[in-house]
Amino acid sequence: MPKSATVRIDQTRCIGSGQCVLAAPDVFDQSDDDGLGLVLISEPPAELLPGVRDAVDRCPAGVVSLEE
Amino acid sequence: MTEAAVCPVPHDNRVHPLGPPAGFEDAISNGPVRMRWPNGVEGWIFSSYAGVRKVLSDKRFSANRDGAPAMRTEGEPVLDSSQPGNMNAMDGEEHLRLRRPLSRGFMVKRMAEMRPRIQQIVDEHLDAMERQGAPADLVASLCLPVPSLVIADLLGVPPEHQELFQATAKQMLGKNGSKVEYEALAAQLGEVIAKVVAEKKASGDTSDMIGLMVNETDFDQEELMLLAIGLLVAGHETTSNFFGLFTLTLFERPDQLEILQRDPSRADVIVEELMRYTIGRLGGAGIQRKALEDVEVDGVTVKAGEWAVISLHANLDEELCPHAGELDLERKAVSHLGFGFGPHQCLGANLARTELQILLQSLFTRFPNIRPAVPVTEMTFREDMITYGASAIPVVW
Repeated sequence: MPKSATVRIDQTRCIGSGQCVLAAPDVFDQSDDDGLGLVLISEPPAELLPGVRDAVDRCPAGVVSLEE
Repeated sequence: MTEAAVCPVPHDNRVHPLGPPAGFEDAISNGPVRMRWPNGVEGWIFSSYAGVRKVLSDKRFSANRDGAPAMRTEGEPVLDSSQPGNMNAMDGEEHLRLRRPLSRGFMVKRMAEMRPRIQQIVDEHLDAMERQGAPADLVASLCLPVPSLVIADLLGVPPEHQELFQATAKQMLGKNGSKVEYEALAAQLGEVIAKVVAEKKASGDTSDMIGLMVNETDFDQEELMLLAIGLLVAGHETTSNFFGLFTLTLFERPDQLEILQRDPSRADVIVEELMRYTIGRLGGAGIQRKALEDVEVDGVTVKAGEWAVISLHANLDEELCPHAGELDLERKAVSHLGFGFGPHQCLGANLARTELQILLQSLFTRFPNIRPAVPVTEMTFREDMITYGASAIPVVW
């Protein structure tokens, strides 16, 4: 059984750029209240991980993390 | 220590209008280099992918000039770094306070909702171009008016003031912008905005940016005014220039244009590659940051108080993607630096992406045989602005 991976967003430093939503729309969204990033699936299945890694790389504020 | 060489600063003296300034690539080929700007200010230029990301995202680099002179080829910036609402010159919490509420107006899903309206604006301008017949100037017919109308719409400002936005932009972003003229135009624009502000206050509407700033933030009048003017200026100036530059890049590369025309539904990925390559090739070295303490970047130490300047030549770094020096519209999107990086990354990036995708798809589908009426090397480019682009793009179809 593969170990699951955990996605997090540090909302205290998020700037709401939405890059994570563009990189992995199934995993991330932006809150209607403040535009900040939201994690929809905190333990995404393996097929969504490439998009999540892309989101980690693209996040201009460096606040998306993936613990594998 | 030898004296720092004078930097061949963009956009002066380009050998090809879509390429770097003469001597620039040679100057940066051995890594970070210390250069002196024509106004005497010195700084380190970084052009590696990792180096640029570090300068733009490391908290030890400040965006606040703190009264120090900016690097300029000529003239002085019309905006004071300490002006309330000038969030480009702020760090940390102070910056986030202004930036975050604005992000909401540029949410990915909000941009998706704007698509039909943007498409409609683009189609109306393409209709007009067709009615008028060839030759046409793409800058006047499409590049300038479309982003200008879209940003007015997003802000909630009546679109008939387009010429005023453009005149203000010219002073704000002109290399020799006049503070006096800028302030006179900003005051005129301020009246237009103040009227919208009063309406939004009365109605409580939050469906556009001004409504959002008025009714859902703690911004004071002065901050709100400068932010609104900044959004209007940035919103039409940059997108308009880049759509022109993308078109010229494609005119020079029929093999790549064919890739877009074969499958216009890939416009999202194609815009990213055009952005990466076009900006990388121009090599622009503009954005500057001040080191708050000694910081190591790419093997050199930027000492506390010294400037670090980034060159977007970093978009052509092989660390970013293979054959990075080549335009390849079949490439999958990579994390390029065309919109910057770090907390100051372009606020309107998602809007720009949406507009550029629709513009590219529509122009080359509607006019499949469109081509330049004169060679790209004979067109005139704007040397008088901090932002770079073609002054006119004569086309036939």
